[in-house]
Amino acid sequence: MKNLICRFFYGDYGEEKNNTTNLPQEESPENQWPLWEVFIRSKQGLDHKHVGSLHAADAAMAMENARDVYTRRNEGVSIWVVESKNIHASNPDDAAALFEPANDKIYRHPSFYELPDELKHM
Amino acid sequence: MQISLEEQFQQKIDQEIKIEPKDWMPEKYRHTLIRQISQHAHSEVVGMLPEGNWITRAPSLKRKAILLAKVQDEAGHGLYLYSAAETLGISRDEMYEQLHSGRAKYSSIFNYPTLNWADIGAIGWLVDGAAIMNQVPLCRTSFGPYARAMVRVCKEESFHQRQGFECLWVLSKGTEEQKKMCQDAINRWWWPCLMMFGPKDDESPNTMQNMQWKIKRFTNDALRQKFVDMIAEQIKLLGMKLPDPDLKWNEATAHYDYGKINWDEFWQVVQGNGPCNKERLAARKNAWDEGAWVREAATAHAEKNQIKISSMLHPNDINLGS
Ligand SMILES: [Fe+2]
Ligand SMILES: [Fe+2]
Repeated sequence: MKNLICRFFYGDYGEEKNNTTNLPQEESPENQWPLWEVFIRSKQGLDHKHVGSLHAADAAMAMENARDVYTRRNEGVSIWVVESKNIHASNPDDAAALFEPANDKIYRHPSFYELPDELKHM
Repeated sequence: MQISLEEQFQQKIDQEIKIEPKDWMPEKYRHTLIRQISQHAHSEVVGMLPEGNWITRAPSLKRKAILLAKVQDEAGHGLYLYSAAETLGISRDEMYEQLHSGRAKYSSIFNYPTLNWADIGAIGWLVDGAAIMNQVPLCRTSFGPYARAMVRVCKEESFHQRQGFECLWVLSKGTEEQKKMCQDAINRWWWPCLMMFGPKDDESPNTMQNMQWKIKRFTNDALRQKFVDMIAEQIKLLGMKLPDPDLKWNEATAHYDYGKINWDEFWQVVQGNGPCNKERLAARKNAWDEGAWVREAATAHAEKNQIKISSMLHPNDINLGS
C-alpha cells in the first residue's frame, strides 16, 4: 500500500509520468500557466461535480475562465477551482487493495437480512 | 492464468469499461489519442477563423449575437479537448507548438474561404452537420476524458447546425439574389464537407486498430454515407440542389449514391496548398505572438499577489496579541 496516495498534475495524470524527462512542460515551466480543476454545483442542493480543467495564471483568472468555459448555458450556480497539483489521487494499481475488501461484506447492505413478510415499515 | 497487460487492456475495452488517464495503456493507444484529440482541438480553434471573418459584417444584430455565441462555443470546444489531451501527458504549449510549426494538422475544411454571408449558413448546416456526424459516436469512445469532453461538445453543437439551416432557410425564401447566394454557398461547401470524413476506408490503414480499441466506432465511409443521406433529404426543404449530378436514391441499398470525391484536392489541402492554409496559420501564430505580453503580465501579476499573500500569512508576521 506504499502508493496509497500519490500526487498528480494535469488532471488525472500520474506523478510518475510527470517526472519523466521527455515531457515538454519541463522545458517551459515559466511560460505555461498552471492547470486548475473546475467543479460546478449545477443547482442549489446538489454537490459540486468535477467538469474539467483549464489553465490560468491565478485563482481569480481560473474563476473567470471557468465561468466562460464551463457555464455558458446556466450549467451552474457555484464554481470551485483548485490548482491541479493540490489534488491527491489514489493509484489504479491499488484499486484491489482499497476497494475489494468491501466486496465480501454483504452484511453491510439491507438486502442481506431475510425477515418475515409480516414485518411492516422496515 | 497470466494474461498480458495488452490482453487485460483489450478485455476492458471489450467490456466497455472506459480507460482513464492513470490506467495502463499501450503506447500506441496513447499516441493515437494524443494525435487525434489535439488535432480535433486545433480544428475547433482554427475553425473560429472563417466564421470570425463575418462577425462584424453579420446582416443584423440578432445574427451577430448568434454568430458570436457559436464562435465562442468553438473556442470552448478547443479548450475542453486540449485539457483531455493533456491528461495523456502532452503539455498545452507543446500542442500549440505543433500547430504553429505545421507539424500537427487540423480539419482541411477550414482552409476554404468564407466569401459571402450565405457561407455562414452553409458552414453551420453542412460543416457543423458533418462534425456532429463524426462527434456523436465519439461520446462513447473508449478514453474517458475524451468521451466526457465530447458529450459536452455535442450538447452545444446542435444549436450550431440549426442556426445554420435557419440562416439558409431565410435566404432561400428571399429575393432572387439571396437564393443565388444560398445555392452558391452550398455548391462551394458540399464537396469539401464530404472530405471532412477522411480518406476512403481502404485507404485509411489505422481504421481497424482504432475500431478494435473503440477509439473510432464507425468507419469514414459509413459516416460519410449517413451524412449524404441526411443532407440529401434536408436540402429538399430549402428548394436547393446539391452540386452532384450522380446523386440518386438507390432502392437496393436504401442509401443515396453519390459522385466521385476529388481526392487530389483533399491531399493538396492537407499538404498545405488549400486556398487559405497560409492565412489560417499566420493568423494563429500572430494571435499567439501578439498575446505573449499578456501571458507574461498575467504571470507576473499572479506572482506579485502570491508574494503579498504569503508574506501576509507568514507565521512570524502574525501578531498573537501577547
Ligand atoms: Fe465545435
Ligand atoms: Fe460547432
